[in-house]
Amino acid sequence: MSTQSYRLHINGTDHDVAEGWVGESLLDVLRDRLGLPGAKNACEEGECGSCSVLVDGVLTCSCLVLAASAVGTEITTVEGLGADSELTDVQQAFIDAGAVQCGFCTPGLIVAIHDLLDRDPAPERLDVEEALSGNLCRCTGYGRILEAVDLAAARRGGAS
Amino acid sequence: MSDVLIPTSLDEALALLADDPELSPLAGGTDFMVEVNHGSRRPQRVLALRAVPELHGWHRDGDHVVIGAGCTYAAMEDPAFVALAPALAQAARTVGSPQIRNAGTIGGNLATASPAGDTLPVLMAQLAEVDVASTAGTRTMVVDELIVGVKRTVLAPDELITSIRIPAADGPQEFCKIGTRNAMVISTASVAVVLDRGAQRVGCGLGSVTAAPTRATQAEDHAAGAIDWARPTATGAEVAPRFGELAAAAAAPIDDHRSTAAYRSHAVGVMARRALERCLS
Repeated sequence: MSTQSYRLHINGTDHDVAEGWVGESLLDVLRDRLGLPGAKNACEEGECGSCSVLVDGVLTCSCLVLAASAVGTEITTVEGLGADSELTDVQQAFIDAGAVQCGFCTPGLIVAIHDLLDRDPAPERLDVEEALSGNLCRCTGYGRILEAVDLAAARRGGAS
Repeated sequence: MSDVLIPTSLDEALALLADDPELSPLAGGTDFMVEVNHGSRRPQRVLALRAVPELHGWHRDGDHVVIGAGCTYAAMEDPAFVALAPALAQAARTVGSPQIRNAGTIGGNLATASPAGDTLPVLMAQLAEVDVASTAGTRTMVVDELIVGVKRTVLAPDELITSIRIPAADGPQEFCKIGTRNAMVISTASVAVVLDRGAQRVGCGLGSVTAAPTRATQAEDHAAGAIDWARPTATGAEVAPRFGELAAAAAAPIDDHRSTAAYRSHAVGVMARRALERCLS
């Protein structure tokens, strides 16, 4: 099988990927090679959103990105949101609203909600539901996740 | 030579493809990577098209809209695009999720040529012209000449789809799609209806009910003859129901894991009738 080496820019840092398989997804490279397991691997077909990352600031399923094709882009994973070791406002809102049950979908939702609130700091409920329509949660029924979005948005509004 | 090439101009992309027609072109990846992840595609060398600026975005060209093959579904949600191509924008908005719409492209939808490709019924209804390029030059074909079967196109190994050209909206348009839920769904059946006041033409494209995207030409002719083109309203109450019947008759669906042939025919008839009613209301 063909192999190659390339460099990805992730969360502000260069990461070398040695002897990658040409078809390897960004998700697999993040998790299995670079020690960034925040993005979760479930469906590998773009259905669940648990592997959501930002590529050049655009919300994307990392399982559908050919890793070697992302050379030259700026990749942000859930690990790269906010300051080192501190919770982001969205993460804190998830804790405060009790929006985490098994937690598997949480990193993807955190990334998707940051993407939403950075574009629209005060989204209507329908806009929130549509923005999160690509992130499946099988535990919560979404109620507390939506509450967490409202909480984070309200706190951002209050801070400005 | 690297296994994944990322050209930064169309000329460079076409030259690379001419040198090595076994390169697999990669657009948004939303179909390609599913096949790779599930083991049904083992790419050896890949031509990633994301950095080819000539393929990006869309622009108005007189009475037409020219859409780059690399234009994403998300880019087609732009209100300026919605005004010029409402049915295509509606179809784009029904694709997958925000993540999928941010990545997937209209050129990829055409090249994959799935019977369930959401933009294809609209492109059929509008008789979209597709530009296909290689180092030998560019040829233009209507979308039904490009797609010839289930996931089959006439693209040669050294050719790339570069752009799609449709008339700017000159009358009401509707796109309807049915699936098992509202978000994140692959179409069970879909219908596009486009009224063109200038040409006094009705276009009706059907999705997920034939191997290659198709037009319901008898339905089109029936409606075009019954519409008062001065102010698009129907001159007879029977126009929309008959339109639906003729659209359903143009469907040749199959039973598969997503639905049954009988349901798809029924759904196409209902959606075609409703779409025309909405256009005429």
